[in-house]
Amino acid sequence: MADIPSDAPQHCPGTASEQAGKTSACQGCPNQNLCSSGATKAPDPAIEEIAEKMLTVKHKILVLSGKGGVGKSTFSAHLAHALASDATKEVALLDVDICGPSIPRIMGLEGEQVAGLSLCLSPRYVEDNLAVMSIGFLLSSPDDAVIWRGPKKNGMIKQFLRDVDWGELDYLIVDTPPGTSDEHLSIVQYLSSARIDGAVIITTPQEVSLQDVRKEIRFCQKVQLPIIGVVENMSGFVCPKCKVNLPPTTGGAERMCEEMNLTLLGRVPLDPRIGKSCDEGKSFLSEVPDSPAAAAYHSIVQSIQAYCLSHVTREESAG
Amino acid sequence: GGQKGEGGNLAQVQHVVLILSGKGGVGKSTLTTELALALRHAGKKVGILDVDLCGPSIPRMLSVGKPEVHQCDSGWVPVYTDAQKSLALMSIGFLLEDPDEAVVWRGPKKTALIGQFVSDVAWGELDVLLVDTPPGTSDEHLAVLENLKKQHKVDGAILITTPQAVSTGDVRREITFCKKTGLRILGIVENMSGFVCPHCSVSTPICMDTHTHHLCLLQTGLQLVLD
Repeated sequence: MADIPSDAPQHCPGTASEQAGKTSACQGCPNQNLCSSGATKAPDPAIEEIAEKMLTVKHKILVLSGKGGVGKSTFSAHLAHALASDATKEVALLDVDICGPSIPRIMGLEGEQVAGLSLCLSPRYVEDNLAVMSIGFLLSSPDDAVIWRGPKKNGMIKQFLRDVDWGELDYLIVDTPPGTSDEHLSIVQYLSSARIDGAVIITTPQEVSLQDVRKEIRFCQKVQLPIIGVVENMSGFVCPKCKVNLPPTTGGAERMCEEMNLTLLGRVPLDPRIGKSCDEGKSFLSEVPDSPAAAAYHSIVQSIQAYCLSHVTREESAG
Repeated sequence: GGQKGEGGNLAQVQHVVLILSGKGGVGKSTLTTELALALRHAGKKVGILDVDLCGPSIPRMLSVGKPEVHQCDSGWVPVYTDAQKSLALMSIGFLLEDPDEAVVWRGPKKTALIGQFVSDVAWGELDVLLVDTPPGTSDEHLAVLENLKKQHKVDGAILITTPQAVSTGDVRREITFCKKTGLRILGIVENMSGFVCPHCSVSTPICMDTHTHHLCLLQTGLQLVLD
């Protein structure tokens, strides 16, 4: 049964929800008895369909953060660019931030919408070997708001994974919205039969960010999602006049990684040119290749590649 | 949902303002906190309702550690930051045993708690209730708006952005959300317009260009409700 059947009431909790058939919204729904019996909570067949689809995708990396605005999309985009700089690799970037899709702009693909809500799920190409998919491409105008509740967002994510013709990929990078909710549960659930290499967690040095990121790390542990490591973004700002650098107040990502036994993949300094590149849809790595931030990105990307390759080697020797 | 007392728990709240942004990390919680403190300083009685269930920032921003949330006849007693009860708070942050505990809930469960936050917190007399929200246009936003409207209680929203196009792009969608839901936009704030060094006070732009004017062109005839 569909997650939200076509005859469901407005506040349908979703047929796979624990509350299926039991909420006040379920009263009078023709599916109520079926839902409350538990029959609809059988494993979604899409999970196996997606696993089948993902057999041609060698590595899957999620980019997560509990906190908004720390640079997930920026990082995802530049990870994709860096991996695709090797012309022999096929890379794809999937944006599952349904309400706030930033990837089209950051990848220079804004304006690639088609008129009306499109059912066309072909990825757009930035380079021959770099494909991108986002709900942003399905909206007819950049002002269109996607005002969807959880179940409808879940359905879109399922479609992205199952119905987009990804083809053979070396890397599938998934950019996520902040939080630990529908989108995150769905992406993990739908990829549960297809091995995810791991998650890269993005933070900034501030405690207000770290406190949300610790929750994201707990989420990963709860759903048994391996964590490749943590990236500290906007790491330090040196005043151009007095040259004073302000340290983080609670030890930043470094201390959090020590406490939680995680790898700190690297720190990317706050460079205003990164934001400008993103706004213009260009790769910062191409625009300002000699900057400390670009060097930091490259080092982090190398660590992620090494992790993915060692992961495969461990599996091959075990199996 | 049950309404407690005469007219419900919002009956003595004069104004309700939502703080919104399509974009994460632009400073909604920071601005909500600063606005609340400024209003309190001006002698107003203020409340903050934090409906960011996955990433509640308000407790830390107001340095309220881990108080207990008590019940009274009208529902939950808000957490007060001082003995004068001039600033009342409610956040899921106060309800978690472990501050690092992840709230991994799907939409319907979030919707249910937010319904309770709106109708079951005994705010008492307030001049202003500020509602801090997570980024996006989804369950939390629909839930808080629907529940506030049931009690005919929402003056409008303040939208927060930063200068980047990546931010204003999301905020344009939030403007559409406001239009579609009939939520009045009281104004737009551009945050992080520059970095003011705490040592030498020189302001350095951290964004190289601003796109906020595009947002303001979408809005005409804005008027502040609050004094």
